[in-house]
Amino acid sequence: MDDLIGEFLEETNESLEELDLDLVNLEQNPNDNDLLSKIFRLVHTIKGTCGFLGLPRLEKCAHHAENVLGRFRDGDLAVTPEYVTLIFESIDAIKFIVAGLAETGGEPEGDDAALIAKLDAVYEGKPASDADSAEESAPAVEEPAPEPPAEKAAGELPAIEEKELMTGQVPEDELQAIFDQTEVTADYSTPAAETPAEPEPPAPEKADPPPPPPAEKAAAPAVKTEAPIINQTLRVNVDVLEDLMTMVSEMVLTRNQLMQILRSQTDSEFTAPLQRLNHVVSDLQEGVMKTRMQPIGNAWSKLPRIIRDLSLELDKEIDLVMSGQDTELDRQVLELIKDPLTHMVRNSADHGVEMPDVRKAAGKPELGTINLNAYHEGGHIIIEIIDDGKGLPMDKIKTKILEKELATEEELAEMSMQQIQQFIFNAGFSTAAAVTSVSGRGVGMDVVRTNIEKIGGAVELKSIEGKGSTFTIKIPLTLAIVSALIVESSKERFAIPQLSVRELVMASDKGDNKIEMINGTPVFRLRDRLLPLVPLSDLLKLTGHHGATNEAKIDSDDATENAGNKNSDSAENTAADVPENNTKTSSLLKGNQYIIVTQIGSYSFGIVVDRVYDTEEIVVKPVPSILRDIELFSGNTILGDGTVIMILDPNGIARATGEMKSAEDDDKDAAGTVEQFYDDSRQKTSLLLFNAVDDTPKTVPLSLVARLENIDLTTVERSGGQMMLQYRGDLMPLIPYNTSMEIGTEGEKPILVFSDKGKSMGLIVDQIVDITEEYIDVQLEGQQPGVVGSAIIDGKATDVIDVGFFLGKVDQRWFMDHGEEAFEDGDGTSTAPDGAKPKLSGKKRILLVDDSPFFRNMLSPLLNVAGYEVTSLEGAIPALELCERGAEFDLIISDIEMPEMNGFEFAEKIKTGTGAWLEVPMVALTSHATEEDIQRGKDVGFTEYVAKFDRETLLNTLTQTLTGR
Amino acid sequence: MTETAQIETNTNMDHIEGLDSETKEFLTVMIAGQRFGIPILGIEDVLRSQKMTHIPLSPPEIAGALNLRGRIVTAIDMRCRLSVEPQEYTGKEMSVVVEHEHELYSLIIDSVGDVLRLKNQDFEKNPPTLDASWRDISMGIYRMDGELLVILDVPKLLETIQNN
Repeated sequence: MDDLIGEFLEETNESLEELDLDLVNLEQNPNDNDLLSKIFRLVHTIKGTCGFLGLPRLEKCAHHAENVLGRFRDGDLAVTPEYVTLIFESIDAIKFIVAGLAETGGEPEGDDAALIAKLDAVYEGKPASDADSAEESAPAVEEPAPEPPAEKAAGELPAIEEKELMTGQVPEDELQAIFDQTEVTADYSTPAAETPAEPEPPAPEKADPPPPPPAEKAAAPAVKTEAPIINQTLRVNVDVLEDLMTMVSEMVLTRNQLMQILRSQTDSEFTAPLQRLNHVVSDLQEGVMKTRMQPIGNAWSKLPRIIRDLSLELDKEIDLVMSGQDTELDRQVLELIKDPLTHMVRNSADHGVEMPDVRKAAGKPELGTINLNAYHEGGHIIIEIIDDGKGLPMDKIKTKILEKELATEEELAEMSMQQIQQFIFNAGFSTAAAVTSVSGRGVGMDVVRTNIEKIGGAVELKSIEGKGSTFTIKIPLTLAIVSALIVESSKERFAIPQLSVRELVMASDKGDNKIEMINGTPVFRLRDRLLPLVPLSDLLKLTGHHGATNEAKIDSDDATENAGNKNSDSAENTAADVPENNTKTSSLLKGNQYIIVTQIGSYSFGIVVDRVYDTEEIVVKPVPSILRDIELFSGNTILGDGTVIMILDPNGIARATGEMKSAEDDDKDAAGTVEQFYDDSRQKTSLLLFNAVDDTPKTVPLSLVARLENIDLTTVERSGGQMMLQYRGDLMPLIPYNTSMEIGTEGEKPILVFSDKGKSMGLIVDQIVDITEEYIDVQLEGQQPGVVGSAIIDGKATDVIDVGFFLGKVDQRWFMDHGEEAFEDGDGTSTAPDGAKPKLSGKKRILLVDDSPFFRNMLSPLLNVAGYEVTSLEGAIPALELCERGAEFDLIISDIEMPEMNGFEFAEKIKTGTGAWLEVPMVALTSHATEEDIQRGKDVGFTEYVAKFDRETLLNTLTQTLTGR
Repeated sequence: MTETAQIETNTNMDHIEGLDSETKEFLTVMIAGQRFGIPILGIEDVLRSQKMTHIPLSPPEIAGALNLRGRIVTAIDMRCRLSVEPQEYTGKEMSVVVEHEHELYSLIIDSVGDVLRLKNQDFEKNPPTLDASWRDISMGIYRMDGELLVILDVPKLLETIQNN
């Protein structure tokens, strides 16, 4: 009998969980007869079974609830929220009794008279008719509905019913259940896709089936038979599944061996049976693998009920929208995230979604929405909980942080909104003003975070006050099945989870689709964007392994030999051999390569491999603990042919290639990438294109170049390793574009002269190519000094060089001496003869405010070179902070178009305030120099208004402004 | 002497109980000319040379991963682990599969010898003068006729790879 009760409890708990969900659905679709029948049947089953087991209290509850449900079903009673609440109450009473039963083995003491009275009142509220007669009066279509009380009306499966009855002692309902389970297992391979393995029947789907296929209306019984099958399960110990899995894998191996033997034999009589075995084993393997996975919907099954109850209790209108219920994850992980999830959804409903009147006033629909999404991403499962409520109250959080002394006011001021929001994950941090029965007890998000982190997950939060909050939970799938792409690099195979693969591109050494190099860094042009490439063999250092070792050695030997032999003046030749990593990656330029375009968040990159095989469904197994700190692998697995293969973690690769930022930085980046080096205004810039060292075209804004010269190398003089040229009566230092560049002693070389007020330097290049006008959109940050980044110019990947770097390479002291000599507009400080001690105090201090780092980078060295001491800041707000801290400047140069606070506002703040900078002259710098702009600039207090990139005018203006003061 | 040795034995080796408490069984293996003993109850399997998958970026001791009846086994190159001169793989080497913290490891050794039943009284802890890298992997020494048997401390030798 104990066993029977145990089984009953399991089954009942399952049913109860389903009932919660179904009732919520019923409330929304009161006319769904299928659903109603199912609910009725579930309650009836409970009643029937406990009658058999001798559980009178439970039976009574279930019986009376069933009565009311019967009235619903017969259409005598409309399904209203009040009535549904009443049914819920009965379910809760049943749950309570079942819980007691599980604990003590007997029904708990107590009386449900009040509940039963209510149920009866509803039941008798209308012309009374007892349950049985009600059933008889049920409409014809309903008749086959499961109604198996006394007279085994489980009509839909009569044959089975009778067969099962042979066993006699067991109640038919249980048998029904057992039968259904068996049914599921038998049908497993086919309907498995639609039928979630556990009790959570995705309600909407269920609601759907009856209306659409008109044909089925006639064949109503057929439709109905589906219902009982959907939610049946077979309880199997996880260990059994693990063992099964191991055995199946062994079987696969044996199968493979057999197939191998078969291949060497022609005309074997085993061919056909072995082929069949082959397929069966594959299916079996797949099936067993799937048994360990469960859809995440299982963890969500309670949520609709919770939200429903909450909305009633709090008088809010909340809609819970769930998507991705079918996303599968490991059973164990599922159990562990259940509670945190519930808590977070509850939180969103309680704290997030506002009261309907508040929502209305804020111009939002009264019905608040909580979205629950789940999906796979790069070897992780992402669960999002999004509400469109009021968001996190920043002020309250700040107050609380200060109150709890988690941070000081100064620290807070420096934090980003996101950083401050993360504080809600601290222990004892609740901003709910009132403790409700739902949440706000101060144990909350910290527990959520701890639980999620325990399983190696992470939780992130984004919230906009007034708009809503988004919680993102990221859980690694340690044991999930993923579809993976099998690739090969340097004769070794790897799996890449297909979810992060965007597309595959084949690059060849001929034609347009080729990989290009920027000083040894491979990139690929993908639809007019530069895609950074990560050669897998470099990343995993594969070249040094297996037979490849020798080849690699020979290659590099060749390279050095070449370099040694042909140590000629030919710059091209040297150029090809110079950058060390060129030899390493040069293989990329030969033959066909496959680029796996991978996307992690907003970051796209290409993984370069030698071959791409098939896709395969793999079970991710965790890497042994010994290897866990290699972050490039998310796991390993055994392929169909029995080989062990490592699974690459695209997240890890992104991190390893130095481009991955935490989600916190993401927003900033998104805003920053486009204008990272050039301002938004997308001004066309005159660019000088030239070649030096390697084949990658290089460019520099023409405005920075004073002159282009062809110099006679015989006239170049050397002093202390520094090349110089007598140029217009002065000594001008010369530097080669790259130290590895071969500068002969004869012939001519083009140089770019960067010049300023008598100070000049020459940059030796190989060839001046062109001058062009282009929008510069720097897409890749420079990997080596001297290069700001790469942009597409004239359809080619081009290095944008950093003039500041080359100016800095010229002997600093030499430059400074000259600078101070040349400048007479300084404050007359005598130049120290050796120039060794920098006389910073003698220089004019300039504050440069511009949100474009490129512009700052370009201008600061220029201003430096012009003898100013430059402080550059990325925006008006930090500038104002600097002002408050008492920094002093002689002049402020400010951009006009800046995020957060534009130049006009910035000037206004300074000129109308009482700050220390009231008297400091301000120069506006902009790409829009219209009359109105200039007038407005003057109005708010700018002394001068200069167009961007007009270097000469800027410097003149500075001189004038500073001397004129 | 015997008494201290006895105590040592009990504390050190209670997880490798033999058939009776007086003796224990060991599988002997050869690595670079030295005979080692591995507690037999900790051994899952003994394999011939297997096809292995190289694991990039792994510590040098890790020879690769292999598939043992559906379980992934991490192979440890014992020559490398013991810092003795490496040997080209000939295909003749053997490996002993052990389980450690629910993960399988295969220790690649030169060859497998007999299973020996040894008396506890012949066991001695490591001489303090033993090289530090060997102290990490040795649980103690058995005095045998004409030969000494170094008992591999499997958990420790695996954990110390991790820590590197």
